[in-house]
This record gives sequence, C-alpha cells and structure tokens, in this order.
Amino acid sequence: MRAWAISKRVTKELLRDKRSLALMFLAPILILSLMKVVFNSNSTIDVNIATVNVNSSLVKQMDDQKHVSAKKYSTKKSADKALKDQKVDSIIQYKNNEYYATYANNDPSKTSAVKMTLKSSMSAVGIKSMQEQIITMKSMLPESVQSNMPANSNGSQVKIHNSYIYGDGNTSFFDKIIPILMGFFVFFFVFLISGMALLKERTTGTLDRLLATPVKRSEIVFGYMLSYGMLAVFQTLVIVLFTILVLQVQVIGNILLLLLVNLVFALVALAFGLLMSTFARSEFQLMQFIPLIVVPQIFFSGLIPLDNMASWVRYISYIIPLNYAGNAMSGIVLSGNGLVSILPDIGILLIFLVVLVTLNIQGLKRYRKV
Amino acid sequence: MENIISLTNISKTFGNKKVLDNITFQPQNGKIIGLIGPSGAGKSTIIKVLLGMEIADSGSAKVFGKTMPNRQLLSRIGYMAQSDALYGQLTAQENLEFYAEMLKISKQEQQKQIAKVAKIVDLTESLNIKADDYSGGMKRRLSLAIAMLGDKDLLILDEPTVGIDPALRIKIWKELTAMKNQGKTILVTTHQMDEAELVDEVAILHDGKIIAMDTPDVLKMKYEADSIEQVFLKAEGED
Repeated sequence: MRAWAISKRVTKELLRDKRSLALMFLAPILILSLMKVVFNSNSTIDVNIATVNVNSSLVKQMDDQKHVSAKKYSTKKSADKALKDQKVDSIIQYKNNEYYATYANNDPSKTSAVKMTLKSSMSAVGIKSMQEQIITMKSMLPESVQSNMPANSNGSQVKIHNSYIYGDGNTSFFDKIIPILMGFFVFFFVFLISGMALLKERTTGTLDRLLATPVKRSEIVFGYMLSYGMLAVFQTLVIVLFTILVLQVQVIGNILLLLLVNLVFALVALAFGLLMSTFARSEFQLMQFIPLIVVPQIFFSGLIPLDNMASWVRYISYIIPLNYAGNAMSGIVLSGNGLVSILPDIGILLIFLVVLVTLNIQGLKRYRKV
Repeated sequence: MENIISLTNISKTFGNKKVLDNITFQPQNGKIIGLIGPSGAGKSTIIKVLLGMEIADSGSAKVFGKTMPNRQLLSRIGYMAQSDALYGQLTAQENLEFYAEMLKISKQEQQKQIAKVAKIVDLTESLNIKADDYSGGMKRRLSLAIAMLGDKDLLILDEPTVGIDPALRIKIWKELTAMKNQGKTILVTTHQMDEAELVDEVAILHDGKIIAMDTPDVLKMKYEADSIEQVFLKAEGED
C-alpha cells in the first residue's frame, strides 16, 4: 500500500528530526507548567481600602474579610494621597448619608473585589443591626409569647456546605482553560510541522519526483494523515498524562474520548497545514500564517466566553475548528460528557476534515495534472 | 511500431512567455536521445509535458501511444530530476525502498533490484548512509539509481551526470548503452557537449523550437563542424 509506505517514510523522517520531536513533546509540557504556576499565583486578589468617616463596625467588617485590609483615614486628603501613592486601591467616604467610592482602577479585578467587599459588608452590618433590633423587640414581648419562639433565632450562624461537581474549592482558571490548551497545542504543532514537511518536499523537488511515480494524489495526503494522526495521539497522551499526574488536573470524562477528539482535530490541523503550505513559497512565508490563522483561533476557542460577544463575532466562531474541539474537550474534562454529547462537535470537525482533504487532493493537481 | 515518445505540434505558454513553440519531437525507439540547449530553452518543460506534470496548450503529447497525462503510464517511465530530490533523513537503502514501494515492486524483487541499481552507480558499500551525509556526486548517483528502479522501458534523465567524476561518468554511460541494447529508450538532457557525442540522436533546442535533430555524425557533417559543441553554436547562430 503506497499510503502506508508514505506514512512510514514521513514517520521515519520525523523520528530522526530530534529537534522537531522535542518541540512537539517538550514545548507543551513546558508551557503548561509555566501557565499552571502563573495562573495559580494570580487566583487571589489582595486589596487595600482607605475609609474616611465610615462607621467603625463597617470598617471592621470589611477588614475581617479575607484578602481585604481596610484602614481609617482621618481626612479625604490623606486618603487621596495614599491612593495616589498606590498604598491603597480605593477610598470609601461617607458623606451626607451616602457612600462615595473612588477606585484607582488600574486593575479592574481589584475594583470589582472592592465593590463586592463593600456590598457584602454593608449587608452583613445591616443584618447584624436587624438581629440586634429583633432581640430587643423580643425582650419587650410578654413571656408567654417569648417561650413559643424558636430559641436559636438570636443570630446563630447558618453553615453553608459547598460541594463541587468538578475539582474542589481550589479549582482555578487554569483548570478551565486546560482542555482548550490541549487542543491548541495539538493544532499548532501539527499545523506547523506538517506544513513545513510538505513545503520541504516541494522545495527540494521530492514532491515532483514522487508525483513522477504512479502514486495517486490521494495516497500522498492519506499517507501524511496516517503518520501525523499517530503522532498527534502520542502527543495528546503525553499532554494528558502530564496534566493529570504532574499538574494534578482532574479529568472527569473518559480519556479515550479525549484522544479521539484530539485525533480528529489533529487531522484537521494536518489538512490545514498541508493546504496552507501550498500557498507559501518558503518556510518564512509559512510562518507568516501563524499570526493570521493560528493565533486568532485562540480568541474564538472558548477561552473567552462567546455568549457575551456581538453576534457577528459569534458567526466567525462557527468557522473556527478550535471552537468545536475546545467545546468537546471542555465537556469531557469539566463535565464528563460522553460520546453522544460530543458527537455534534466531532461531526463538524469531520466535515472540516473532508472539505480540507478534498481541497488538498485537488490542490496537488498543480504539480501533476492527473 | 509506434514511437514511444511522440510530441506533435506542442505549444506551451507561461504568462506571456512562449516556452514551447509548435514542437514536434518523435525520436526513434530503443535509442539514447540527447536533448541539448541553453537553460530556458524549454528542456524541462518538454520533460514535464512527457510526465504529465504540465499539459500543453495545443498539440498532442503521447507516450507509449497513450495521451499524457496518464498516471498508470508513469510506472513505465523512470525519471531523474535536475535537483537530487532525496529524503535526506533516510539512508540510501531506505530511499530506494520507498520508491520501489511507490512502484509496487514486491519485497523480494525490491532487494534484488536495489542491489542491481546500487551496483551500477557504485553505491553498494554506502547504502546504509543517510542521504544527507552523501557527497554531491553520491547524491546524483543515488538519484540515478532511483530512476533505474523497476526495469522501465523509458528513462527520462534531466542532467544525469552533473557533478559525477569522469571515471564514473564513463561507467554510467556504458550502463545506459547496455540498457539501450536491451531495447530501452533513454531521453537525456545535458549541458555537456562531449556527452552529446555519445548519444544516438541529438535534438538541439533553442527558444522553444527544435532547430536541429539527427545523429551526431550527420549533424557534424551538415554543419561542417568537428564537434557537437560547434554544431550547437552554428545552429544557434543561424536561428
């Protein structure tokens, strides 16, 4: 079988190119490890609040919250100075029965943290004073009525029990993006290396020579798909095992499904890389497709929720393969989706694949007319 | 018998440059045919039309009596490109095996043929070396060996002896002659005029036209020249 012989040859060449091989397997591991460190350290936000003329119980309530420090300032002026010197992140001033908050807002996440703190502390203080009033009112009621009331209503804390479908209380942004990143790595490296490989065949003349044999054009494309498909399965295995065993990321669903999605997605990336390489005359020209075609995929991959975007942006996302792969893989990793619920995504990826493969087989006609 | 190579009134234009201008080229079977001409004269385009990599704008291109492009026919044509076109990460043996696979030669037959072609180009001792580690001449020889795989009836060799040292060049020409004597047809392009003396029939290509075609001796008489080189210069001057 010629396709098999071609895939054997492509695989052999790949295995002997140690540098590219290292790029495919070590680079994702390195980047994932770095991201884990970077995103985890960022998951808590410490804010400093300056208060002016604010009720002490509210200040204390705010100060008692985790990662919040609230301090009284005697004048607005001294608070302003602290804000300007970046000693505090916001000022809360009480004036004429109203609260005025000023935010540095150089870090929006801190701003929203302060807003939340203020809100929750105010309601906490409100509830406390209500409870105090109830107790006072209760004591004014006749004994007979008091004895009929539940005894524990005097402000005993209601405990909240949290349980998580995915992960635990420490689940961070990193866990959310890891399925999408897996897909992205597979896409990026398979795209790049396969594109380069076919480009090299063209520039060194081996493609012409190959096409001077009775090989079918489809056999060349399928040969490439076989070898890069296998490679992508290995790459996914390495990434998945590393994220589970070393980075301690939980995968709820079936790992085999994850491999399936990545296999299909890698074939899409391969077909895409082969197609793009026919539009490039040199390695550098192929690299130019990265900012144009590879990077924008990230924006529509689901890393940033698409629901809030303008509708025309969402239309773009329909033609982005990473969107479907990311969706399927997030489903498997985070919600434990089974085969049935990821079938629509896989189906669309397969449509991409068929279209791209057909284009590739047709595209080779440029180099041989039959 | 029909001509194995039969180009009739072939024209081909790239952009606004006419590369082949109404060429008719029907060399005899079972001969070594030399195609000489300066670069840009259209040698490579003739080869591409013969292999079905390009389709002529007009005229008919037939090989083995069948109109090109025709994929199946390619198994009867051995092709050696101008560039070495080898898989550098693979050994010579693996390169040969790969192309043998493309021709669907059976496994046992593969080893026999590889041994045979390797002997012809004197690479038997170096078959397990990566093609990237070969010298320029060795690459050229390996490339020639690949073209010889599959016992083909027609060989199309684009500058086969560039960068090959004289002793080996003589050996290769001997082998080509031996293959011719077995009834094979061999089309060779060359820059080297002394090689053109060795072929049975020379076609001189200039500006997309064949301006002269005959045996070297007849051409030399016709142009009152001592060598094909002089024939070439005179023919070019007349054109």
